[in-house]
Amino acid sequence: MINKIVPSVAAAVADIHDGATVMIGGFGPAGTPAELIDALIVQGAKDLTIVSNNAGNGETGLAALLKARRVRKILCSFPRQVDSYVFDALYRAGAIELELVPQGNLAERIRAGGAGIGAFFTPTGYGTQLAQGKETRSIDGRGYVLEYPIRADYALIKAERADRWGNLVYRKTARNFGPIMATAARCAIAQVNRIVELGELDPEAIVTPGVFVQRVVHVPGSGLTVTGRVEAAA
Amino acid sequence: MQRLSRDQMAARVAQDIPDGACVNLGIGLPTLVANHLPENREILLHSENGVLGMGPAPAPGDEDYDLINASKDPVTLLPGGAFFHHADSFGMMRGGHLDICVLGAFQVSVTGDLANWHTGAPDAIPAVGGAMDLAIGAKQVFVMMEHLTKSGQSKIVERCTYPLTGVACVNRIYTDLAVLDVTPQGLRVREMVEGLVFEELTRLTGVPLLQEPVRAYA
Repeated sequence: MINKIVPSVAAAVADIHDGATVMIGGFGPAGTPAELIDALIVQGAKDLTIVSNNAGNGETGLAALLKARRVRKILCSFPRQVDSYVFDALYRAGAIELELVPQGNLAERIRAGGAGIGAFFTPTGYGTQLAQGKETRSIDGRGYVLEYPIRADYALIKAERADRWGNLVYRKTARNFGPIMATAARCAIAQVNRIVELGELDPEAIVTPGVFVQRVVHVPGSGLTVTGRVEAAA
Repeated sequence: MQRLSRDQMAARVAQDIPDGACVNLGIGLPTLVANHLPENREILLHSENGVLGMGPAPAPGDEDYDLINASKDPVTLLPGGAFFHHADSFGMMRGGHLDICVLGAFQVSVTGDLANWHTGAPDAIPAVGGAMDLAIGAKQVFVMMEHLTKSGQSKIVERCTYPLTGVACVNRIYTDLAVLDVTPQGLRVREMVEGLVFEELTRLTGVPLLQEPVRAYA
């Protein structure tokens, strides 16, 4: 029998090793797997490479992981936020390595990683600082930059519902990086608001087929972005 | 001369967005365009974080922080709207499926180079987000900006001095003084605000401009 459901967030992240590359879903608060990140902080893995769109807000979630000095390098598109002071201080002190990637290139590199693509040419970034030192090619008169896929040891993502095979559906814009990160990680871990019986998810509407998901953990209430509400009220 | 206010600029851009268009409005000044879209046109707004068919901000108390825009502010979804993941969202841009994107800018060059992501200041935390994808993706890229910096320097330049976002990607520039098209021959002035003459606009802009055909600001 296939059962990808694990009993706790602690069990879900228990084997993440020092030096691992970890993708973390979310765009701002929406889709951020806050409880899995908290469990990773408690678990203690260090020297991590993180792949995420942002670099943390306030002192919770990814910012807390950075503050605990567990992250050696981060690949992201938009680290600067009004409340990204934890990242900002580490970056200015030279205490974290940043690979800044245009958001669409980040998404496509992750997609390529999950789809077995060796590399691809993209027009995004051509002729800019972020393409310096990269191979370029003119195709049909347009300039393109060679970009390589991103793969990870683990992906931490958030979805709305799952079944024990790991099929996932998401909630609104909290979907963002979840589906592609699940494909690009050796071990994709989804925290979900609800676990349903096999067959309850409409097969026409399943967004992430279970083949891409290795572990599911039930975190009730995590379908709503509670941290967003708290931040908005603050 | 009658400089346009930010809302007047937004209203002017909105006039040029046709019925049925798929449009991405960049962060900052371009977001104001949403408030001026003519009600008799059906226009689909795209947000990079995975929405097409975005509606206005929710009423206070109805915010859902799983339904946000690229600025991470709560929005709503219109009937017929759709959600999708990031690779699809940026495929929509890069693949040329968006008709128009409207972006703010620090500088635009006479050949349509765009600088809008980084001032190049050594202590700045760099952040690019979707700016480079938007710049090269949409069928038409409109820039919306003040014509001059606070210190009176033209933001339309021979060559951008700030780091580039995209090369030769801008099609049209809307400022508080004029509307200009980027053409193979150079920048062509389409419209000027009332009370401004071509010679004065050229002097303020500091780069050669093409005069014809010129009409009064609509």
